[in-house]
Amino acid sequence: MITTDILIIGAGPTGLFTVFEAGLLKLKCHLIDALPQAGGQCSELYPKKPIYDIPGFPEVLAGDLTKNLLEQSKQFEPGFTLGERAETVEKQEDGSFIVTTNKGTQHQAPVVAIAGGLGSFEPRKPLIDNITSFEDHGVDYFIKDPEKYRNKRVVISGGGDSALDWSIFLSDVASEVTLIHRRNEFRGALDSVEKVQELKSQGKINLVTPAEVVGVSGNSHIESVTVKKGEEEFQIETDHFIPLFGLSPKLGPIANWGLEIEKNAIKVDNALDYQTNIPGIYAIGDVNIYPGKLKLILCGFHEATLMCQSAYKVINPGKKYVLKYTTVSGIDGFDGSRKESPKAVVKAIN
Amino acid sequence: MEEQDINIKITDRDGVTHDVVAPTDMAMNLMEVVRSYELAPEGTIGICGGMAMCASCQCYVLSDTELPEMQDDEDAMLAEAFNVKDNSRLGCQIQMTPAMEGLEVELAPES
Repeated sequence: MITTDILIIGAGPTGLFTVFEAGLLKLKCHLIDALPQAGGQCSELYPKKPIYDIPGFPEVLAGDLTKNLLEQSKQFEPGFTLGERAETVEKQEDGSFIVTTNKGTQHQAPVVAIAGGLGSFEPRKPLIDNITSFEDHGVDYFIKDPEKYRNKRVVISGGGDSALDWSIFLSDVASEVTLIHRRNEFRGALDSVEKVQELKSQGKINLVTPAEVVGVSGNSHIESVTVKKGEEEFQIETDHFIPLFGLSPKLGPIANWGLEIEKNAIKVDNALDYQTNIPGIYAIGDVNIYPGKLKLILCGFHEATLMCQSAYKVINPGKKYVLKYTTVSGIDGFDGSRKESPKAVVKAIN
Repeated sequence: MEEQDINIKITDRDGVTHDVVAPTDMAMNLMEVVRSYELAPEGTIGICGGMAMCASCQCYVLSDTELPEMQDDEDAMLAEAFNVKDNSRLGCQIQMTPAMEGLEVELAPES
């Protein structure tokens, strides 16, 4: 069982900044995120896009912002459960919560802060009728362990970076790689496109474009996919079908936690501390809603800061505290580091 | 309705057609007009914020209104989207202009 002071669901900008604000109050944090890396939307969807409305940064790349937030949170040694989705929450007799992920990892904390953005990122599944019956039986939407495909036949569909990159990678691992895309053009890094072109001419990647996988068949395990190219339909025998059409955020299991939901977001008390209808569970950043809500990173930072002050009172009832300024008090990291502003020099001039 | 506003028709995902007035002087795109009138639930449209990166604002253009030419990123995103038809466009890539008076669109299903 992982125990912490504030269990943060979602490791995007708001979740990461919560670690810092909590750290100033000597509260430890642990973050859960469905994605395999921290950074949320910023690093998953648009790491190379500039953001212009972060105070103090006339321009910052989304990927750099999350990198900096991670760096800023490091001194407070946050824990991470990545690549797992928070599935259930159970309130304990002592008032704390146990949050369990889809992989069964358990976390216990007196305070839960949901900073889940638009939800956990789920793969966008192609509209093929029986595809769900082959999930985990040859149909994969993520590649977790490439070794699984060693000496197997693999069909990948999609036209973006992940389809290109995995086709390249698996061309050395799998016995046969077929890449299918609806267009002849691919939307990826130029060198990936060129590499696929090269592997195609070497016969290492079987490229089928413009075409689409319209069916999957097999018994208990997938055996072939049906491909439609123009008016023609044909079968390709395969051991695996990997559709890579990107990810789409879904509120997911959090919607069943008994929290008040409005417009796909969690209702909170914005007049006070961004607490939900369940005392001890907060919602901050894009995942929450209140009158006048704006889904902006800078609003998430503000909400995280106020939430931490309230969490302190939940965790340390009756214990006094006043707001401190980092310029005055410096920062004592949980890793033993100390940051402080240099003292002014006082010296007589004769 | 002000001089710079235009009338457009948006059919929502339940098949209901709405007559809406869209400003053309606020740098709004079609996806944002849909959101401002709450014609699709929040979290199901404009997920990427309008970067042509998610196709959640896909719509079918029903009128023969002249629209801005499709750029590569929109074209590439539609190549990976589902329920795509010949008249599919991404709402986030259609900036509202006075020339779009009478535009008629239908929102594509959520996917």
